[in-house]
Amino acid sequence: MSKDKINDFVVRFANVNGTGSASANFLFTKAIFRMGIPVTPKNIFPSNIQGLPTWYEVRVSEKGYLGRREGIDLMVAVNPQSMAKDVESVRPGGYFLYDSSKKLNPNYIREDINYIGIPLMEICNANYTDARQRQLFKNIIYVGALAALLNIEFSVLEGLLADQFKGKEKLIPSNVKALQLGVDYIHQNFKYPLEFRLERRDLLKDAIMIDGNSACGLGAVYAGATVAAWYPITPSTSVVEAFMNYADEFRVDEKTGKRNVAIVQAEDELAAIGMVIGANWNGARSFTATSGPGVSLMNEFLGLAYFAEIPAVLIDVQRTGPSTGMPTRTQQSDVLEAAYASHGDTKQVLLFPSTPKECFEMTADAFDLSEELQTPVIMLTDLDLGMNDHVSEPFKWDDKRKYNRGKVLTAEQLDKIQKFGRYLDVDNDGIPYRTYPGTHPTKGSYFTRGTSRDEYAVYTEDGDAYQRNMDRLLKKWETAKTKVPAPEIVGEKNKFSSGLLFFGTSTYAAGEAMDLLKEKNIFVDAIRIKSFPFNQTVADFINDHETIYVIEQNRDAQMKSLLMMELNANPAKLVSILNYNGMPITADNILNQVENNIKLSKTLKSK
Amino acid sequence: MTYVKPKFRHPELKKNKLGYTIDYYEGSLSTLCAGCGHDSISAGIVQACYDLNIEPHRLAKLSGIGCSSKTPAYFLSNSHGFNSVHGRMPSVATGANLANKELIYFGVSGDGDSASIGMGQFVHVIRRNLNMVYVVMNNGCYGLTKGQDSATADHGSKNKSGNTNIFEAIDLTSLALELGATFVAQSFSGDKTQLVPLIKAAMSHPGFAFINVISPCVTFNNNPGSTKSYDYVREHIEATATFDFVPEMQEISVSYKEGSAKQVTMHDGSKIQLQKLSEDWDPLNRQSAMNAILNAKSKDEILTGLIYVDPNTKDLHHMINTSDTPLNQLNEKDLCPGSKALDEVNAGLR
Ligand SMILES: Cc1ncc(C[n+]2csc(CCOP(=O)(O)OP(=O)(O)O)c2C)c(N)n1
Ligand code: SF4
Repeated sequence: MSKDKINDFVVRFANVNGTGSASANFLFTKAIFRMGIPVTPKNIFPSNIQGLPTWYEVRVSEKGYLGRREGIDLMVAVNPQSMAKDVESVRPGGYFLYDSSKKLNPNYIREDINYIGIPLMEICNANYTDARQRQLFKNIIYVGALAALLNIEFSVLEGLLADQFKGKEKLIPSNVKALQLGVDYIHQNFKYPLEFRLERRDLLKDAIMIDGNSACGLGAVYAGATVAAWYPITPSTSVVEAFMNYADEFRVDEKTGKRNVAIVQAEDELAAIGMVIGANWNGARSFTATSGPGVSLMNEFLGLAYFAEIPAVLIDVQRTGPSTGMPTRTQQSDVLEAAYASHGDTKQVLLFPSTPKECFEMTADAFDLSEELQTPVIMLTDLDLGMNDHVSEPFKWDDKRKYNRGKVLTAEQLDKIQKFGRYLDVDNDGIPYRTYPGTHPTKGSYFTRGTSRDEYAVYTEDGDAYQRNMDRLLKKWETAKTKVPAPEIVGEKNKFSSGLLFFGTSTYAAGEAMDLLKEKNIFVDAIRIKSFPFNQTVADFINDHETIYVIEQNRDAQMKSLLMMELNANPAKLVSILNYNGMPITADNILNQVENNIKLSKTLKSK
Repeated sequence: MTYVKPKFRHPELKKNKLGYTIDYYEGSLSTLCAGCGHDSISAGIVQACYDLNIEPHRLAKLSGIGCSSKTPAYFLSNSHGFNSVHGRMPSVATGANLANKELIYFGVSGDGDSASIGMGQFVHVIRRNLNMVYVVMNNGCYGLTKGQDSATADHGSKNKSGNTNIFEAIDLTSLALELGATFVAQSFSGDKTQLVPLIKAAMSHPGFAFINVISPCVTFNNNPGSTKSYDYVREHIEATATFDFVPEMQEISVSYKEGSAKQVTMHDGSKIQLQKLSEDWDPLNRQSAMNAILNAKSKDEILTGLIYVDPNTKDLHHMINTSDTPLNQLNEKDLCPGSKALDEVNAGLR
């Protein structure tokens, strides 16, 4: 490593799950954030509540690269259980910080890395008597040590503690003391700061830091969702929990204590989506959040909602499948399951956010879209976006914004209509008019069902009527293409013959990969897909390029399949860049796969 | 629908308080087998709604899948209906009710629908005390899929092909009681005099009202040896009480001949008049109701009538403390915290 690398390194923390390390590690990240430096943390945690190894990886990037990067510059190893593996993962020349209260096992000595031993336990035992305090402050002490080693401003840390313990100010001095103990130990025993370190910048402007799930929960509050039904599943649980917390803040009538919201923990995902459908049918904006196994259970109901044309918003925070897979690892492998959820000819509208800001906005948009199109809208986020904190542009809301409740007839409108037909294509856009139950004494009532019916919602097994209906649904699908968020062309349009295509959290690595490719004289255009159905821009992008690298985080190239099926895209053009080890894809990985493909096609050509 | 209901009605049909004749409460012509118990229950619902002066459009009728679940099409054509998926009507009803607590929710289900695929939802909707009427049209078999035994078929009962059921039956009525249902009744599709007041009482109950109606399937389960056949039920039926439901504002002028009388006042002022046949049964006491069912069972009797009621119950909306205005009537102003609040949220995230 060249000397004096500023704001460009990776620190990994190896902890024991359930020991209070999470808040200490977050303190570290947030301090860097408050110094105006782009930073991105990732939780790498076991599917277990307590006792197992857990890691927290923080990347600092002056250039603003917020994807993962391989190679650990500094390992903070406070879990004896994972120590052997942790030593191995430090890059040559990197640092290994450990608790030197006990002598380091000689097996863990590597010639090519540097060791920073801090007697964390000894310091704790000398300064605190309470057992729980000893454990908690061990974590704060190493944050203090890191502050000295990396040059984190102490006042920033103090400010964070003040915010964290607002109302419980008594707790602040003991925490400050722990930080100071760490700082002092470094000052007395080591050369500091390290050659890679932090320097205050103003690169973040008014950015915020939040996880995607909380952003979705907040988005649902702003969207006017009033009914949420859910069944807990990692990594989606915190979506509804955030919704609940924000609802406590914003939806309780101060005078009466009554709530403008109903949140029900259902008995399972089948009931959760059933409630969502019932509530939307009856005119309340309603949503659920789940992950792959939950979407599998919801399939039958999603088919009903598609066919009976009932709005529903579903936030799928994807994790690795199939089956229970790796519940606490990330993936983008529900694309096909969601796109064609349920039996029969179904197509579901999908949204792919990439940042917390988009989680917020797309959740709000999802309700408009779902009601406008009278169909379920499934938002596909993932564990990486949902459960990790991300630097994000701040949330924005236009106070003039009106909820788009779609084509709903009032009693007065019904009065003017000769005969209401629930499934008539009055406007020739495939979207019919609906009525809420209870609207009018004699007009507008109809039967909602999953069985075939005619334009007046009367049950029929007449093949022509069935086909007319299915064709209208397809017409609605065409209309949807004009309503869903358009893809983003990254950089200039059509400069080169190859293009990257990506969506969701792959965006972080893809942007960085484009720069890495450039350094190797490989030039590409890029498109980020934000929704399904794909609109014309996606088709054009594929048509306008010879090679499309489709980046996705699953084994079976699900997005590529979708592009082939829905756009008739030429499979020979579509090169898959895949990652499915449960960790977020990295820029290096993309670079390697693209390079390999170029080599491969050259050898194929020369043969 | 290929069938068109004949429009002719007697010109002097009586009108209810709203000025509607009873045919106003009918639905499309039934496509169920002639003699199916389910049709009698539909007729009972029509009668009850007519008698209670219900505005049909203020009632939402929901069901799952099955012959029984088809019946909402055959009553109250001016109501919104919802045939959901097999067994999962309770969740749809829950969502609908959460959205608008001002409508009457009427759920219809079958014994296959509720006691097998939908058992989970049946159990949980009771637990939540959702304000709805839940009628199970119980024929001990799967009608729509042509006669397989259902989970409510009695042990030892013979099906149409002559096979004897070797499994214990799930008794939805005891189950509902056990789970804390706040209104539990049982009836027989062939006993309209009992069924109609039961439906009326269920509709004025402010929480979950369950009625298990034995409703013979003439096509697949009306054979000798079946314990859900018309003949068997008629022979083994035992009523808890003679029963009358007196709507609010109506003069109470019912007089009973024998036994002790009991009057239950519902939340809306309506009254249930019970002329008890059994001295040791108290419809306001869950334990006593449970005993009554068990006693009847031990004597091979089918106990019918109102079995248990808690007239002062609080439904799901009370429990989760939702606003007085139905949630589906709130708008941007009520729901969206606005940009200023968002700026504060942003500030808290820096
Ligand atoms: C998921 C699913 N599984 C199976 C079926 C097939 N099915 C339709 S109705 C029914 C049983 C109906 O029995 P019950 O609820 O007792 O009603 P009945 O027809 O006897 O009134 C079954 C198994 C279905 N529609 N959906
Ligand atoms: S099959 Fe049985 S349950 Fe179905 S309509 Fe016929 S008689 Fe009724």
